[in-house]
Amino acid sequence: MHTANLLPLVLVIAVVAYMLAFMRSRTVAEPFGGIRNLKALPFYYAARAALWCAIPALILLGAWTAFEGKVIQNVVVSSLPADVAPKSEGEASLVLSQISNVAAGKLDPNFVPKPVVGAADLLENLRDRSSNFKTMLVILIAVLGGGFAWSRVQPHINARENVERTLRWIFFICAGVAILTTVGIVFSVIFETVRFFGKVPITEFLFGTTWSPQTALRADQVGSEGAFGVIPLFTGTLLISFIALVVSVPVGLMSAVYLSEYASKRGRAILKPLLEMLAGVPTVVYGFFAALTVAPFISDLADIIGLEASAQSALAAGLVMGVMIIPFVSSLSDDVINAVPQTLRDGSLALGATQSETMKNVIFPAALPGIMGGILLAASRAIGETMIVVMAAGLAANLTANPLSSVTTVTVQIVTLLTGDQEFDSAKTLSAFALGMMLFIVTLALNIVALKIVRKYREQYD
Amino acid sequence: MTDQRSQAEIVRESLKVRYRKERRFRLYGMAAIAVALLSLLILFTDIVGKGYTGFIKTTITLDVSLDGEAMYLEDARDKDQLSMADFQAPIISALQEYFPEATGRKDVRELKRLVGSYAGNRVRNLLTEQPELLGTTQTMTFLVHDTVSVYVKHAGSDAYSIRLSEQQQRWVDELVEKGVVETAFNDVFFSRGDSREPSNAGVLGAIVGSLFTMVVTIAIAFPVGVAAAVYLEEFAPQNKLTDFIEVNINNLAAVPSIIFGLLGLAVFIGLFGMPRSVPVVGGLVLALMTLPTIIISSRAAIKSVPPSIREAAEGMGASKMQVVLHHVVPLAMPGMMTGSIIGMAQALGETAPLLLIGMVAFIVEIPDGFFSSATVLPVQIYLWASSAEQGFVELASAGIMILLTFMITMNAMAIWLRKRLERRW
Repeated sequence: MHTANLLPLVLVIAVVAYMLAFMRSRTVAEPFGGIRNLKALPFYYAARAALWCAIPALILLGAWTAFEGKVIQNVVVSSLPADVAPKSEGEASLVLSQISNVAAGKLDPNFVPKPVVGAADLLENLRDRSSNFKTMLVILIAVLGGGFAWSRVQPHINARENVERTLRWIFFICAGVAILTTVGIVFSVIFETVRFFGKVPITEFLFGTTWSPQTALRADQVGSEGAFGVIPLFTGTLLISFIALVVSVPVGLMSAVYLSEYASKRGRAILKPLLEMLAGVPTVVYGFFAALTVAPFISDLADIIGLEASAQSALAAGLVMGVMIIPFVSSLSDDVINAVPQTLRDGSLALGATQSETMKNVIFPAALPGIMGGILLAASRAIGETMIVVMAAGLAANLTANPLSSVTTVTVQIVTLLTGDQEFDSAKTLSAFALGMMLFIVTLALNIVALKIVRKYREQYD
Repeated sequence: MTDQRSQAEIVRESLKVRYRKERRFRLYGMAAIAVALLSLLILFTDIVGKGYTGFIKTTITLDVSLDGEAMYLEDARDKDQLSMADFQAPIISALQEYFPEATGRKDVRELKRLVGSYAGNRVRNLLTEQPELLGTTQTMTFLVHDTVSVYVKHAGSDAYSIRLSEQQQRWVDELVEKGVVETAFNDVFFSRGDSREPSNAGVLGAIVGSLFTMVVTIAIAFPVGVAAAVYLEEFAPQNKLTDFIEVNINNLAAVPSIIFGLLGLAVFIGLFGMPRSVPVVGGLVLALMTLPTIIISSRAAIKSVPPSIREAAEGMGASKMQVVLHHVVPLAMPGMMTGSIIGMAQALGETAPLLLIGMVAFIVEIPDGFFSSATVLPVQIYLWASSAEQGFVELASAGIMILLTFMITMNAMAIWLRKRLERRW
């Protein structure tokens, strides 16, 4: 049976267990003078039975589903005779897709070697058996668990404590998902990165100045050496992020100042949500806008004033990204400005300073660390932004600081390397993970520093 | 040398300059807001201006004479003949009724390019279903070719007519005048999946894909996020592990979304061998991505439940878990739901991680389950925006309008929910 059907089935069994245990708890309580004399309310006996029924079954189901594909694949591949057995991982994935296509009936068995047809039969067979076993085992465990809990519906057992302890554990595991995700991220990039550095020396990656990840299919092909120097990607990312910050920091900061110090209550209530709409627009929309409206506009404009602009200029991507980050900068600065104690403001105004003087000479200096933290967060946002640059920045890894030329970024390269036809295990594919690792480390460092600054500053006034 | 003026005079004289500075500063603030709002306005007008034509389809209505001889088709019940027959021929001759002069090889080719390439399939399908119609004349309505459609919708604009020859433009103008070529509400767009031809492409497949993906996301992210928030607020002991969990949640909230795509690719697809481009994997990745948002907002909601409620419940003899499940969580639910809806709106607009797990495939069929290949709305927009045909650009903007409508509805719902259900203590 398919997992999608097995899941509701387990839940149905759990509900049945719940009802049976509920009824039994009443029957059991009868001779003692009603449910008053049970250790826990019938609900808890019933919930306990449902948990006993569902949890082990669901764990088994999840684990089986997660690993059955891999295990079956390995068995099938190792069943192939030596002459067709794959020698590399790339070949393995090719053979596997052949086998599964034959098994699914998409590929005519006459076009592939005999052993592959045999393997396809084996695959079908194993899948069937695995599926049957899974169904039987899951149902068996669910019924056994429920039955056990049902038999333990006894007055002296404190079902409430059992249920509450289990729930606490479930809550704890849910909170632990955050750790698991981080660990997952770190491991998913680290393994491939290490393998990448086995093929390309780390110094070449970090200090090389050319990026052209085209590895050749044949050794004698022209330009067979791929170049994996990350410097042009890094400068490209920095250039676009810099342009974005040049747009968003002044605009965002000044809007925050206006909203918090000058705007009337009503004006603020209207303007703030409007400003925040900019943050709610999906990045793909900004990318569309940058690529189809802003970029042609900039290149036309540059033509008129006699400059040469690429059709995919860094300026277009940077400008639009800047617009995207405005509400981010503005709401962070707003928080920081509002956190400056009113006494400082009142003191300055009482001395006769105008509002702008108070702002520039008193509040800004007091809020500066927080604002810096906000800008760092915005920078990390800009560096990790993907869709705008994928759609509006180019693919050519130029080492330039000219905002009118086309540059590429780390995120663009990750997407390009992993969405095209991938050769498994090639330096080209692996390099995407190395770039991802770099991106993760840089944004993480920026965030940690920014949060430290913000927190440290906040403590001054609390 | 002494300054004769008193302190008060100096101040009074400087006032003018200082007030001017004050006004300028204020103006900068207004200008900043104006820049931001203007960008928003330009963005929206640009998208609406580019995309409203996406909701319009252009059709051509022709009297097609289903002449067996012209199609090389003697018997419409014969499968072999059906697969060999030329179904374009009757359409061409129907067009030639209007333009008898177009008989040359080049003219015929240009005539052919007026009608969408699926027009022939329509004729074939008709004949397959009702073979007895062979030899009759039927009034049929076809979609026009993408270039013609764009030309008709943007009549008079040079930028949209370059793909048509002058002769074709003249023909189309004449057909529009005669009412043969008409525009109508684009129902195709709302009822189909993707296509290679813009006039035949629809957004329904992507919407359904998004729906499946969002169901997976919310089914995972909401319960896990609420449970994690409850644990951290109500049960977690003050220790290193709790601190570590909190640090992790805060950092995950700021990790670029594309990194989650790498995680999905390496763990769900690589390690667990899940299939590519299915809503389940997309939903899992987006769930992990929105989890921090949901946890953070749920914690805020739990924090805002006053301690007196907890104390009262405890005073009545409730256990800690009963206090939480019977009182705190129900009272915090509106806040949690608001945060989750906003998180879902973010996830709905997310594109980058889904590119990496293969949801960029070209998929014509409308997905029918959590394990069938699918694409989602923002990815569909990306795919259309990167296509060369002009017709896809308007579809992309029309898709954006639909996406934004969904997101605005979700956000409005969140605000409404907050206003309606949230209690002030």
